[in-house]
Amino acid sequence: MTNATSTPVPPREGDPEITAEVVADHGLSPEEYERVQRIMGRDPTFTELGVFSAMWSEHCGYKNSKRLLQLLPTKAPWVIQGPGENAGVIDVGDGYALAFKIESHNHPSAVEPYQGAATGVGGILRDIFTMGARPVAVLDSLRFGDLDTGRVRYLFSGVVSGVGDYGNCVGIPNVGGEVQFDRGYEGNPIVNAMCLGLMKHEELITAAATGAGSPLMAVGARTGRDGIHGATFASEELSEDADESSRPQVQVGDPFTEKLLLEASLELIASGAISGIQDMGAAGITSSASEMAGRGGSGVELEMTDVPVREEGMTPYEILLSESQERMLVVAHPGREDEVRDILEKWELEAAVIGQVTDDGKFRILEHGKVVADIPALPLTEGCPTYEREGKEAEEITALREMDLTEHMIPEGDLTKTFLLLIGSPNVASKQWIYHQYDTTVRTATAVRPGGDSGVIRIRGTNRAVAATTDCNGRFVYLEPRTGTLAAVAEAARNLVCVGALPTAITNNLNFGNPLKAHIYYQLRESVLGMRDACSAFETPVTGGNVSLFNETDGKAIYPTPVIGMVGVIDDVSKITRHAFVNAGDDIVLLGANSGELGGSEYLYVTADLVAGEPPSVDLDGERALQQAVLKMNHEDVLNSAHDCSEGGLAAALAQCALGNGEAPLGIDVAIDEDLRPVVSLFGESQGRILVSVSPENTEQVLALAGHYDVPAQKIGTVTAGDDGFSMNVRGASLSATMPELADAYFGAIPRIMDAPAGSGA
Amino acid sequence: MKVAVITFPGSNCDYDLYKAAQQVGGDATFMWHRERGLAGYDAVLLPGGFSYGDYLRAGAIARMSPIMEDVIAFANTGGPVLGICNGFQILCESGLLPGALMHNKSMRFQSKDVFLRVERADTLFTADYEEGQILRIPIAHGEGNYEADRETLEALESEGRVVFRYVDSNGGTSDGANPNGSWHDIAGITNESGNVLGMMPHPERAMEELLGSTDGIALFTSLVASLQTS
Repeated sequence: MTNATSTPVPPREGDPEITAEVVADHGLSPEEYERVQRIMGRDPTFTELGVFSAMWSEHCGYKNSKRLLQLLPTKAPWVIQGPGENAGVIDVGDGYALAFKIESHNHPSAVEPYQGAATGVGGILRDIFTMGARPVAVLDSLRFGDLDTGRVRYLFSGVVSGVGDYGNCVGIPNVGGEVQFDRGYEGNPIVNAMCLGLMKHEELITAAATGAGSPLMAVGARTGRDGIHGATFASEELSEDADESSRPQVQVGDPFTEKLLLEASLELIASGAISGIQDMGAAGITSSASEMAGRGGSGVELEMTDVPVREEGMTPYEILLSESQERMLVVAHPGREDEVRDILEKWELEAAVIGQVTDDGKFRILEHGKVVADIPALPLTEGCPTYEREGKEAEEITALREMDLTEHMIPEGDLTKTFLLLIGSPNVASKQWIYHQYDTTVRTATAVRPGGDSGVIRIRGTNRAVAATTDCNGRFVYLEPRTGTLAAVAEAARNLVCVGALPTAITNNLNFGNPLKAHIYYQLRESVLGMRDACSAFETPVTGGNVSLFNETDGKAIYPTPVIGMVGVIDDVSKITRHAFVNAGDDIVLLGANSGELGGSEYLYVTADLVAGEPPSVDLDGERALQQAVLKMNHEDVLNSAHDCSEGGLAAALAQCALGNGEAPLGIDVAIDEDLRPVVSLFGESQGRILVSVSPENTEQVLALAGHYDVPAQKIGTVTAGDDGFSMNVRGASLSATMPELADAYFGAIPRIMDAPAGSGA
Repeated sequence: MKVAVITFPGSNCDYDLYKAAQQVGGDATFMWHRERGLAGYDAVLLPGGFSYGDYLRAGAIARMSPIMEDVIAFANTGGPVLGICNGFQILCESGLLPGALMHNKSMRFQSKDVFLRVERADTLFTADYEEGQILRIPIAHGEGNYEADRETLEALESEGRVVFRYVDSNGGTSDGANPNGSWHDIAGITNESGNVLGMMPHPERAMEELLGSTDGIALFTSLVASLQTS
């Protein structure tokens, strides 16, 4: 791959000399630098070194994850575009295609939560509309430390405002997501944003630079000095002083410009004046130009002095590596540059020709006509060294997993008190405080809003809808990465079938620590293997995603958190089910079985401050059967509601069904007699369980359908009037509360923490 | 009936408003803010969104768009003008409606369903409602806290120009039912002649059972019916 020869390029006046230190500062190992020298056939210039550094960062080059990612299933008849493009695309019927992807903005959000989160949303929107799709929904998957420190509350509050303000302004509804609070994320919050976009099949456009002589145009915002080397920064561990020193590496978002850019881009694509378009995201012009050249098998030549800039005196190095937001690189058809300019001008934006596509396979950069970088494009994008490392589980994890939990199964004191504590834990409690800050109904397509099992967006002009969810319980993955990842995929699929959607494909966001450490690489590998198995079993191929490694502060890694963003298709919107109980008198049926599993539960975290034990096991065949059974029941119109059991176990899930959105709570009367300790029945987080409510005349049919699919099912009680309260009896132990008591614990939990007068608390 | 939906840079509810007008039989057309001339239109709709990013102040820059001169002339000759959310903010900034929309009392963006009480069922926009009817309509705004000086508030009340008020599901006013701190729980008002309505809640998002509410339909049918009879 190194037979492409390079032209000699004299050092640019004023650029630093390249020393071993400069190379190390660019995140390249001595071996990697030697590889650069081999590819170039000489020493690189400072500008060239910057380009390699960005493209060979983990963020762009996937050097520690690529070999593992290749193990994932990526194909199915409904997949139109798999990994490697700006976003994955699947067929969703009636001539429509769905583009979707998830992306992380963890490092910037740790340093500047508002802008970090806002630009995370901005970036993922651009990945979708550069495919030709109109963004129709956003989801956000967040992780923070416990809310008992001011620092964490600041991060949480800033991230939520950032996600909200950006999406609200552009006008894309937020339809779901998830958040977990655990000290495992104390130093490094996780901010993953997912976007869905719809288009007609024929509107799909890709990001390849083809046709030598075609002009390359920079459109949208001007290039400034913000975010230089963001990609490299995102591929390092943070240190305690990262806050101050790393601020310049965080970009600043302008959602107003994004909205104009969105409309202009869709109009550009529809005009036929362009053949390719790509976001200037991580590593800015460098990655967009070189990746477009790489995909098109061509070369590019760019003149830096033609790039519209915000500041005087920017060097080629700075222009190439700036991560200023709301910019696009466009390949225009020769002679149609003015059409491109006119469309951009209508939307009050700029477009400038900054170079052209060539056929010599080079990534060539000019400054006033003088070459300052001349790199073979293919080795730059595809030649990033990839590593397979030794992985080994950390001994303390083995010990945690093997911990005997028996003493925690015997409750101390009043079970009702414990229950109220549990549903008032921010991990279980209502997230209204978050999603009431997000516009959820703009674009008039949101059939299921946040707070349900999945968000649902109907496709106007058809009877169809798409559903989406993000899921991952990092505690389970921490305790046993393969099982935990199986659980993440399984939970996502359950959340989709609960609204009546057929699980179709996933995008993933692998948030891990430093993979150079054997125990982290072990987590990464095991997790990918779990994802491979679950996605194969559920026929939900991976169509793309994002890898965020080095999520560590002062050597302490986050819980391994492979977030699954799964999408599904609903072919009849009239059959959508929701999680809340709807009628007093309905029967409550538990599909799936309680098994004696308490490991990794919220109950242990809340009552014993413990993340330990075997995480719940996952039976892929059983999960698959459960999904099919619930979809069949949905098609037969026999379900009045459906809800997955997750954090907080069966008791918390019942409370969520009974409370709904808080407007009209219903009560429950449930009795369970099984050979398990009451604490485990109530609060254990066994997988493969879905709670449904059913009109009594349909109960027999539901039980029979479950039997047909070999899914355990039992009627466990009935829905009662709200005034009758919440009552559970489990082998002699009882739980009872009034609905106002429950509502206060559940809806009041996060507001009580976040809206407390300043100065109270830590 | 020809309806113009004005799109400003940063409008994001223009499409929803266009669809709502169409749903009740309106012949809707998008007009870009730099276009001129409203001759031939029977009503003008100003959509929600973040015109000019809400930079400076919500609606403050949009009111200087070329089309606003025509909108003001249209309103002054009695043409019906409806502004929703950012559209309401633009109407206040342009002087077609009194008062101002300040940051929500919570200082946070609020997006959820609220309940509104129809205070007047005898306007161009509300004839298909009953007075006192309770509506379920979504809100989504950061600056919806209606404020005006005492004189203006007194005039609005005494002249019956408060059209919608925030209430709870039983129709009572309370701090808990008011999502943004608006004075007098005001959610929507008209001008003196009653042909200009501004409101923060989004009736165009309450047009279908599938999406949660149909309580917005009557506002658009009222408008269409008034134009057909006039």
